[in-house]
Formats: sequence, structure tokens, C-alpha cells
Amino acid sequence: MNDIFEGLAAALGLIVALDPDLIEISARSLQVSLTALVIACALAIPLGTWLAVQRFRHRRTVIAVLNALMGLPPVVVGLIVYILLSRSGPFGVLGLLFTPTAMAIAQVIIITPLIASITHQAMRDLWADYHDLLISLNTTKWQRVRTLIVDGRRNLLTAALAGFGRAIGEVGAIMIVGGNIDHATRVLTTAIALETGKGDFALALGLGFVLIALALLVNIAIHALSRTESEGRW
Amino acid sequence: MVGLLPLTLTAATVRRRGKRLLGPLDLTLDQGGLTVIIGPNGSGKTTLLRVMHGIERLSSGTAQWSLPPAEARQQQAYVFQSPTMLRRSVLQNLRYPLDLLGHPRAEASARAADWADRIGLGQALDRPATRLSGGERQKLALARALIREPQVLFLDEPCANLDGRATRDIETLLLAVRATGTRIVMATHDMGQARRLADDGVFLRGGMVHDSNRAPSFFDAPKTPELASFLKGDIVE
Ligand SMILES: Nc1ncnc2c1ncn2[C@@H]1O[C@H](COP(=O)(O)OP(=O)(O)OP(=O)(O)O)[C@@H](O)[C@H]1O
Ligand SMILES: [Mg+2]
Repeated sequence: MNDIFEGLAAALGLIVALDPDLIEISARSLQVSLTALVIACALAIPLGTWLAVQRFRHRRTVIAVLNALMGLPPVVVGLIVYILLSRSGPFGVLGLLFTPTAMAIAQVIIITPLIASITHQAMRDLWADYHDLLISLNTTKWQRVRTLIVDGRRNLLTAALAGFGRAIGEVGAIMIVGGNIDHATRVLTTAIALETGKGDFALALGLGFVLIALALLVNIAIHALSRTESEGRW
Repeated sequence: MVGLLPLTLTAATVRRRGKRLLGPLDLTLDQGGLTVIIGPNGSGKTTLLRVMHGIERLSSGTAQWSLPPAEARQQQAYVFQSPTMLRRSVLQNLRYPLDLLGHPRAEASARAADWADRIGLGQALDRPATRLSGGERQKLALARALIREPQVLFLDEPCANLDGRATRDIETLLLAVRATGTRIVMATHDMGQARRLADDGVFLRGGMVHDSNRAPSFFDAPKTPELASFLKGDIVE
């Protein structure tokens, strides 16, 4: 119990003092996860919507694979990205290993299936509603996907937030590909792991509270944005 | 404009789950006028309209426009029995068919606003279409169908939820549209409306064309006793 209060106190102390290390680590966490989120959304939202609109022979298989990929263990993703980016790997020449870019790549791989799957579920219902009208209007596949994304954007928010939550809280993969290097690739989750290992529970907890606060803030910010954008709820 | 008509159905049949819903029926839709399709619930009116429009798969037989199917559908519009409202504003719903064709924004908005005025929704442009009443939705769906100035217009009970005055407004609108040469095919349960609008009539029963004729005779001198009793309001199975 004491540890928790000490953690809270430590967190407050760090925040009030605007601890430069804390700010750097938090900013990097946000930067990596938001980058991963934007890229993953750009891939997953059209993919998930397209899967709702398009009938093809192995559609069920693709959806099953997608759902299975949601459960991909981050550590394994980290390992594979590590091998691909390591000096002797196929992308070794890019020199990306142990950089924030490598961490973002790993997170993209982890959250894309999640966002695509949630998108697909939401879009399936909307497509059932729109199907006849859009077929009757002779829309192209691309127009159908676009219409669904535009009109279903509130549901996409849920998908994006789920993805962001998974990305910012993830530790296994980014520890492997980032290496938790001070002032280079250390983020909130890897710092927490490190401090816990060193036995500095107060600092670890402090960082943990900051992480939770950050995740909440982003959620609230995105919700607030979407509310002002569409006053009348559909 | 390249002519779309005639439409020729040849032994057109729709079966679903081993049940025959429509046909086999042969039917030709010629240039000009307004065809009314009547018949009891479940007789296949909606199915027939969808087959004509090309959005219901035929199990056998053919439905042939004088243009390739995709081009043909581009010149048609369809108002569904329960109209789909896009989760957008009234204005955006109305301009959507024009947006799809890549019309300039200003022009699409102007035409949409004009149509909103014609159907009495001029004050509701920015309201979410999903919040409209049933009757308002039907009017919106009709205007959205007409905004592309289709050569052929399919209507599936366009006045089912409308009161007397709104029905009269819609009928006036439909007559004006017909006068511009648009071919109209309409399913309805309103026999008064059928008489007022029809140039010819088709009576469906059990997925088959049971009777059909040019307008006054279709109603005044039905060829089959079943049509006669259906028109009188008796129950026809
Ligand atoms: N996909 C389907 N699978 C099975 N049966 C269907 C399907 N679509 C329609 N039906 C059945 O086909 C029959 C004809 O339907 P249709 O909608 O064409 O009738 P309708 O004349 O338009 O009736 P209403 O006056 O009630 O609108 C009905 O018995 C209906 O239940
Ligand atoms: Mg019907």
C-alpha cells in the first residue's frame, strides 16, 4: 500500500518539477505510438472496410487470419522485426534497429490487425444498411469504401482508440527492437520495466501513473474532437 | 442520349432456397409512359422491380436492356420500399448521386437545394436525414432518385407512408417527370393512385403476370376474374 502512495507522490513530484527526463520519455512514447497509429489506420481502415464490401472466394479465411493476427504475441513480433532489421537481415542496410522508427514499425504490425478487425465488424452492419442503395447508384468499389469510411467514422474512432491503447501500453516488442536506450529509445513502458527491475518501485509507479494519464488524455481529446465535429449524433 | 428501352424479360425466373419467387415471365417495357404493378403482398412486385433494375440475380432467363447492364443502370433510378438514408444531412443525401458522378460541388449543392425546395424540405437542409419522419424520408428518396434525371425510374410504393396532401404533391411531381419523357414503373397498393397515374397496368399473382393491359381497360374491363375482385378490394390469394 505504501508503495502506491509513494508512487503517487513520486509521479506528482516528477510532473510538478517538469522533470526533463520524464517529459522526454513521455514525448517519445507519444511520438512512437501516434506514428504507429496513423500508419496502422491508413492501412487497416481501408482494408477492414474493403473486406466488408467485397465478396471473394477466400474472404472468410482472410477474416479468420486477421482475427488470429490480433492475438499475435508482441514479443514474437519484436523478435521477427529484430531479425529483419538486424545488420545481417534483409533490411539491415537501413540501420533502423534500436531507433524509434523500428519501434513504430513493430507497433504498426501489432495494432493493424486489431484496427482492421474492429473496422470490419463495424462496417459490415453499415454495409448491410447501404448495400441496395449503393448498388443501385452504380458505385465503384472505391466509392463504396469511401462512403462507408466517411459515414462510419464514429465507429472508426473506437477502432483507432483500441489500437492506440494497445500501442502505448505495449512493452515486449519495443524492448527488443528499441533496446531501451537512454535518450534514444526509452519510452514509458520500457522505463517502467527497467525501474521495476532495479527495485525503484516509486519511480516505476510514478511512470505508470503518467502512462495511464497520457492514455486517458488522448482518449478524451479524440472524443472531444469528434463531438465538436458532428454535433447531431446519427 | 442513347436510348435504354425497350427492356425485354425472357423467361425471367428468381428462385431462392428452392422456392420460386418470380416467373418464369416474359415482359417487354417499351418507350414512354407509366406502368403500375399491383398485386397482393408477397406476389413478387418488389422482386420484379429489382430484376428489371438489375440488382436481383436471375436464376434463369434474361433481362435485357438495349445497353450493357452497367451503362443501363447508370440511366436508371430506384426508390426502395423502405428508403435508405445515408447518415448525412438532407443536403448531402440529395447531392450524393451527383457527387458520385464527379459534378462540381457548387452545382451539386445548388441542384440539391432546389430539389429540397420542391419536396418541401428546403428548411431542413442541414438536418440529419436519419432523423426525418417516414414520409419525409420517402420524399427525400424520390428527390435523390430524380436528381440524376434518369431515363427510367422505378418506384416501390413511393406513397406508402404519406398523407393525402403529400401523396398529391408526389403524384403531381411524377406526372411532371413523366411529361419530360422519363419512363416510370411503380408498384403500389393504392388503387386510386394506380387509376390516376397508370398508362398501363400489370397484375402479379404468385410471381406470375396474371393480367396486364393498357390503362382504362385494365381497370374498367379486367380480363381475369381475379383482377376484377382484386380491384374491388376482395382478398385474392
Ligand atoms: N431473399 C429471399 N429469400 C427468400 N424469400 C424471399 C427473398 N426475397 C423475397 N422473398 C419472398 O418472395 C416473395 C415475393 O416478395 P416481394 O418482396 O417481391 O413481394 P411484394 O409483392 O413486393 O410484396 P409487398 O406487397 O408486401 O411489398 C415473398 O413471399 C418474400 O417473402
Ligand atoms: Mg414489395
